[in-house]
Amino acid sequence: MISHMQTADRAGKQLAADPNLRAEPSPRSGEARDRTLHVRVHKRLSSEERDFALDVEFHATPGFTILFGPSGAGKTTLLDCVAGLVMPEVGRITVGDRVLLDTEKHVDVPIAKRRVGYVFQDLALFPHYTVEQNVKYGLSHLGRDERKDRAASILGAFRIDVLAKRRPKEISGGERQRVALARTLVTDPELLVLDEPLAALDAATKMRIVDDLRAWNEAHNIPILYVTHSRDEVFALGDRALVLDGGRILAQGTPHEVLAAPRQETVAQLAGFENILDATVDSLHADRGTMTCSLAGKPGNSVQLETPLVRAEVGAQLRVGIRAGDILLAITAPVGLSARNIIPGRIVALERRDVIISARVDCGVALEVHLTLAARDSLQLVPGRDVWLVIKTHSCHLMQK
Amino acid sequence: MAIDWEAFWLTLQLAVVVSSILLLLGLAVAYWISFSRWRWKFLVEAIVALPIVLPPTVLGFYLLVALGPRSPLGRWWESLTGHTLAFTFSGLVLGSILYSLPFAVQPFAASFSSVDRRLISASATLGASPLRTFFRVVLPLSVPGIITGTALSFAHTLGEFGVVLMVGGNIPGVTRTISIDIFDRVQASEYNAANQTALVLLLFCFAVLALVYGLNRRPRLVGPLK
Repeated sequence: MISHMQTADRAGKQLAADPNLRAEPSPRSGEARDRTLHVRVHKRLSSEERDFALDVEFHATPGFTILFGPSGAGKTTLLDCVAGLVMPEVGRITVGDRVLLDTEKHVDVPIAKRRVGYVFQDLALFPHYTVEQNVKYGLSHLGRDERKDRAASILGAFRIDVLAKRRPKEISGGERQRVALARTLVTDPELLVLDEPLAALDAATKMRIVDDLRAWNEAHNIPILYVTHSRDEVFALGDRALVLDGGRILAQGTPHEVLAAPRQETVAQLAGFENILDATVDSLHADRGTMTCSLAGKPGNSVQLETPLVRAEVGAQLRVGIRAGDILLAITAPVGLSARNIIPGRIVALERRDVIISARVDCGVALEVHLTLAARDSLQLVPGRDVWLVIKTHSCHLMQK
Repeated sequence: MAIDWEAFWLTLQLAVVVSSILLLLGLAVAYWISFSRWRWKFLVEAIVALPIVLPPTVLGFYLLVALGPRSPLGRWWESLTGHTLAFTFSGLVLGSILYSLPFAVQPFAASFSSVDRRLISASATLGASPLRTFFRVVLPLSVPGIITGTALSFAHTLGEFGVVLMVGGNIPGVTRTISIDIFDRVQASEYNAANQTALVLLLFCFAVLALVYGLNRRPRLVGPLK
């Protein structure tokens, strides 16, 4: 692990210092030039199962913009529209002052001339070419020597030069992701769109690739649209995030703004909260960044919860989302914990789902808690047992009602 | 002479010419069938597939009429070359192309269609024109289908009878192919000679097909076109 990190660190420095990547003299490297992506598209997709319409308008400045949403939200369709693989009924797409699509003026720049680098979810590496041939694929307009130099430089920067002669089938998943990125970046795109390219990777590999990508973009400074359905990736990568659901943008802003503030409920539901409860704000503690809410339960049995502070007034009606996996369960009243919410209750039901036990606990309100099989056995949990639920303040996610 | 080597040689020539032309023509037709979004495309597919179900005599009959001196095509050819297409080697080639077309086009189109569409999209986003995408991505990944289609059209032409008889007749050295030769000898009760020729044709066709399936079994041996 340590040696990996050192390697990554060294390579990162090497990447930043690589003159080929850093000071590439290209007409697009003028600092003052506007490279912002503007998108306005309307696209209907009709099939027998569903009638879907993508209807979005947004812009993306250079740097990462995260497109976050559940599958079927229209993320890939949106990327396909930007890249020119799908033709919207109505739309206008520009990068800086370059118009890629304007349905009103009948402008539709062909895919090959859009200079939109696209890394597909399944990577789409050419199976019949070696790593090096894949990377050189988009450079056919260059001379033989320049093609060779550019390929060698990007292969080195993404630490895949040793794999140059291998075929996609013969390298690992993480290496394939690097090849796909290198193949796209070497063409010097003006916009990069990534469709969950790192979804299948472990966190460490993912972050090393992202670091390489960041280093690359320090020199190139283009907008990067990054599609994901993982909340963690939104926080880890995003300068800016768009939440997409049902073909529409529900929220946009910093990751914290769109995912940590009170938000429209669909956003939270899609992020996978098993517990969504009505709550009333009792008191605000601005100095501590928290507030106290009471959960609507059975009459005379209200449950108090300390939650993060959001923009709300005392008496405001909100909803609280708590993931079942974020709740701890104890069989004696716990002491000496940092968690602020310790709520007594009783197990109503235990249900096995694959390798997880889902416990329903009545605390005045019903809460779902996820446990391992081992936890159930060692705590000898059975329905009817008295338990205490432990919930950290920041595991409580507030949203608009 | 037990085996009519002249007929054998002629048949081989015919099969080589026909399968070569079908390789080019078939690739174009198959490309169009695989990638066109024209709503009436299925009609073209049906026409291409017709020779599979049509009795060869029907196809041969219409060809004979179309190639004859009374049709516009026949007259045009005659004004160009001074003789009609019917009962010539060129006429045989034309008839065989039509008759073997589906045996080339269908495997070609099937292998084009099985190429991952995302690879084609990836090629386009990397700046490649549709033509470059075809030659660098679609074609190399379709090699097994192309080998199959070419070999099938070759073998099919080798063994064709009805169309040849209708269009070409039985002119030694010009239109007398092996299958006509065999038929002729059976008519003349020369079973021994017919048997020998038939056996040669059988073994030859088997060898061609075995080669094709052998190559496709081990795609690495063939490898992608570079």
